[in-house]
Amino acid sequence: MGLVEAILLTVFTAATPLLIAALGELVTERSGVLNLGVEGMMIMGAISGFAFAIYTGNPYMGALAAIIIGVLFSLLFAFLTISLVTNQVATGLALTILGLGLSGLWGEAFIGVPGIKLQPIIVPLLSDIPFFGKLFFQQDIIFYFSILLLIGVSWFLFKSRAGLVLRAVGDSHTSAHALGLSVIKTRYLAVMFGGACSGLAGAHLSLVYTTQWIENMTAGRGWIALALVVFASWRPNRVLIGAYLFGAVGIAQLHIQALGFKIPTQFLSALPYLATIVVLVIISQNRRLTMVNTPASLGKGFVADK
Amino acid sequence: MKKLLASIAGLGLGLLASTGVSFAADTKACFVYVGPIGDFGWSYQHDQGRLAVEKELGVETAFQESVPEGADAERAIERFARSGCNIIFTTSFGYMEPTNKVAKKFPDVKFEHATGFKRESENVSTYSGKFYQGRYVQGKIAAMESKSGVAGYIASFPIPEVVRGINSFILGAQSVNPDFKLKVVWVNSWFDPGKEADAANTLVAQGADILTQHTDSTAAMQVAQEKGVKAFGQASDMINFGKDVQLTAIIDDWSPYYIERVKAIKDGTWKQHDVWLGMDKGDVVMAPYTNMKPETAKAAAEIEAKIKSNEFEPFTGPITKQDGTEWLKDGQKADIGTLLGMNFYVKGVDDQLPQ
Amino acid sequence: MQPDFSIRLEKRATTSTFFAYFSPFIALIMMLIAGGMLFFLMGHNPFKALYVYFIEPLTDTWTLHELAIKSSPLILIATGLCLCFRSGNWNIGAEGQFIMGGIAGASIPVFFPEFTSFWILPLMLISGVLGGMVWALIPAILKNRFGTNEILTSLMLVYIAGHFLDWIVRGPFRNPEGFNFPGSISFSQWQVLPEVFSSGRMHYGMIFAIIGVIVVWFLLSKTMKGFEILVIGQAPRAGQFAGFSPQKTTLFVFLVSGAFAGLAGIAEVSGAIQQLRPSISPGYGFTAIIVAFLGRLNPLGIFAAGIVLALSYLGGEAVQISLNVTDKIANVFQGLLLFFVLGCDTLIHHRIRFGHSWGFIKQGVQHGTG
Repeated sequence: MGLVEAILLTVFTAATPLLIAALGELVTERSGVLNLGVEGMMIMGAISGFAFAIYTGNPYMGALAAIIIGVLFSLLFAFLTISLVTNQVATGLALTILGLGLSGLWGEAFIGVPGIKLQPIIVPLLSDIPFFGKLFFQQDIIFYFSILLLIGVSWFLFKSRAGLVLRAVGDSHTSAHALGLSVIKTRYLAVMFGGACSGLAGAHLSLVYTTQWIENMTAGRGWIALALVVFASWRPNRVLIGAYLFGAVGIAQLHIQALGFKIPTQFLSALPYLATIVVLVIISQNRRLTMVNTPASLGKGFVADK
Repeated sequence: MKKLLASIAGLGLGLLASTGVSFAADTKACFVYVGPIGDFGWSYQHDQGRLAVEKELGVETAFQESVPEGADAERAIERFARSGCNIIFTTSFGYMEPTNKVAKKFPDVKFEHATGFKRESENVSTYSGKFYQGRYVQGKIAAMESKSGVAGYIASFPIPEVVRGINSFILGAQSVNPDFKLKVVWVNSWFDPGKEADAANTLVAQGADILTQHTDSTAAMQVAQEKGVKAFGQASDMINFGKDVQLTAIIDDWSPYYIERVKAIKDGTWKQHDVWLGMDKGDVVMAPYTNMKPETAKAAAEIEAKIKSNEFEPFTGPITKQDGTEWLKDGQKADIGTLLGMNFYVKGVDDQLPQ
Repeated sequence: MQPDFSIRLEKRATTSTFFAYFSPFIALIMMLIAGGMLFFLMGHNPFKALYVYFIEPLTDTWTLHELAIKSSPLILIATGLCLCFRSGNWNIGAEGQFIMGGIAGASIPVFFPEFTSFWILPLMLISGVLGGMVWALIPAILKNRFGTNEILTSLMLVYIAGHFLDWIVRGPFRNPEGFNFPGSISFSQWQVLPEVFSSGRMHYGMIFAIIGVIVVWFLLSKTMKGFEILVIGQAPRAGQFAGFSPQKTTLFVFLVSGAFAGLAGIAEVSGAIQQLRPSISPGYGFTAIIVAFLGRLNPLGIFAAGIVLALSYLGGEAVQISLNVTDKIANVFQGLLLFFVLGCDTLIHHRIRFGHSWGFIKQGVQHGTG
């Protein structure tokens, strides 16, 4: 296995959870709801995926459980922000804090327990292609799913009627309501989709990335996913680029070290965050680009007038 | 029937109460840990020491885990000092300032600070382990088992303890293969499994076929198991996480020391000191030699025995520093001061020491 | 007839005074019930656990001091943040401003260790305030100039500040006699924020917090600037007609909240830790956001909320020692409390209408709200 191949493989592993969580949040935000609880839903996905893999002995059941728990957890957020119209920023933060706490409680029994890994699925024939075969066709199911998810979300948002409804609700909930579209239902579904994705992204951490349970093992990845959505100016394809860029920078710093170069590691670690700010500034400077893609009613609560 | 139940319950309570009283009678030993006791590394081993104290001496113990270094540590230590602990073990370097601060306020309570060097009042002792002795054995094994002649070292912080370990490892390896190479990756954390796993993958990708670590999680061992490269456990026996690849592990066994010190409290003979515990007293122990050629295991056992009997010391000349200047002449032994403050690499380490 | 399980909100004609005063208490009681159930499920006596958690830390002079130490940074940061949130500026990067305040303040004893006089401490505090302000200025300017989303920029700056701190305590600020361990020199008596009473560790940070609360309360309720902030936050368009500049308000609230966070940072470093370390905050900047909302963005409420939150930390430590429960339970309590407060606050402005299939509950609720 060549060095480039090995590096790319680790980058793929690092980028997959970011991609999935960011795609989920993108759909949520496109419906006009800002859910800052990604980190909390991810960590709940990580613990439930790990725990159910052990309970059932089957890591696929773990991944499934993570999706379900992610949805349930996001419903808490949906109920408060959509039904009770609470402040989305504060409620999202509460969800994150609650997730970190609950996962810590649940996970106490799993500290130091070896987990069960989602084994790679080797695609016959295709996996024999030199270089690309190893990268794209000897991966775990969550990686394959992340690519399908990307295609699916792009299609859904821009080619399907339901996607049109979702975007209409996100752009102006009052007009959407006037047109007879159900703002509440659309937003509930969008938040639940975001929860499912965050849960699965968390499961990737505990079932593929490092097969063990550690408190706070998401380590801020949920926040990066949130930044990625803005970085991508709410376009799914750009989320892909962003997620892989972020993954690459994190891995590159370790390789640079092992090769014996001397750059402060903290500088390299801070680089992705700095890059996000720069990209955010560039994007927001380009008025037309932001105006077209930003869900206009993002973060605003909706109460139907009688 | 109700009466019977009540009397049984009463009896139970009575028993509990009476054992409780005899338990709390004299000595109470308390422990502050920096990580979770389930880390299977540093804090886990300290907690094993605590359990040994409880079992051996029958004294009451208490602990608080995952105590962050900083303002919260001082509260944790003070809480124990106030709650009737006679001796408090603070088991991380970062507790040095708070330990000394609280110790000044509670002259009747004894404090034992691991890996530190400040003893500002009479009631503070410091203790540490000569883990580098085990690193030398590991280096020897690595050089005999490696095919690529390159080992990878996942390091936490460039403090003397870690630098000593790296140097000792390469000296052990060079005693077998003078051209042996060591790649080092700093993860700037004691416990960050994600980063440790990434670092392990990186090192394997860059040609290392033996991994060793000075961080506390089992993540690197799991990567080794997956990739089929050999690895050394850290702080505790990690064979459960790498049953086909763990060569051996350095086990920090604090039990003998903790029992000795708590017993000294019971007997009223506790005195301030600064100790550096090694293989000779059984505080640094090697896990069974597994997954290696029989001749490697034999050589490892031989050098272990020599270090144990103080016949051999890893830092014995001739040793050249990384920059090519001579450090120790033939047969000369390193002085403790230089070892304690070690801030340079010896020849053969493929890394620049972060300054 | 179709079952109708919908929940609808109806705006109240006037805000409910009953809920305006009592919703935080209802939330607190709901959290205690939920917490008690949680303890019960974990196999503990809920009453004993709740006592150890919420009451015991209040029974000792020593722990009251600790409570003050833990709550003062929360109160100070949250008080600054309430200006931001009131005006619709989502500064969630107070953690970074806190860290930069700590670094800037600590730079004085690190660079001038020989400088021992009464003046060093005020200099450190001013430097800390400036550090926090500079860090808060970045998202404010980016928002004003380019319309960049301040939630994300302020958050990204938290991570950058964290890495900067990590680098600086291992590099330029490292104690030359510290055996390569990360951390600055320990501060001398001139550089340490003194304790207020001799009975415990509480330092002047708490006094700053009290002054901060009063100042912001006065600003919000008695001055034109405060009125401007409220108008801009609730009806930006109306504010603009009235001649208020949203840009200037953004700049103002970010600078004030940055200053408060920076002051909290240097007070923590100088008073509680007494040295600069690789990590100086267990997430005060983020917890303060909860405190701000828990205090319903009102400085006096924030003061009380800060103490409740600090208690949740101390209680978490207490149950860890006496019941062997992980201190993560503190996060659970904090998250639940915020959920309940936010949920209950809805009742101040809205009446909840349930679909007819909720009938059996409906009667109860209507009875309750009268």
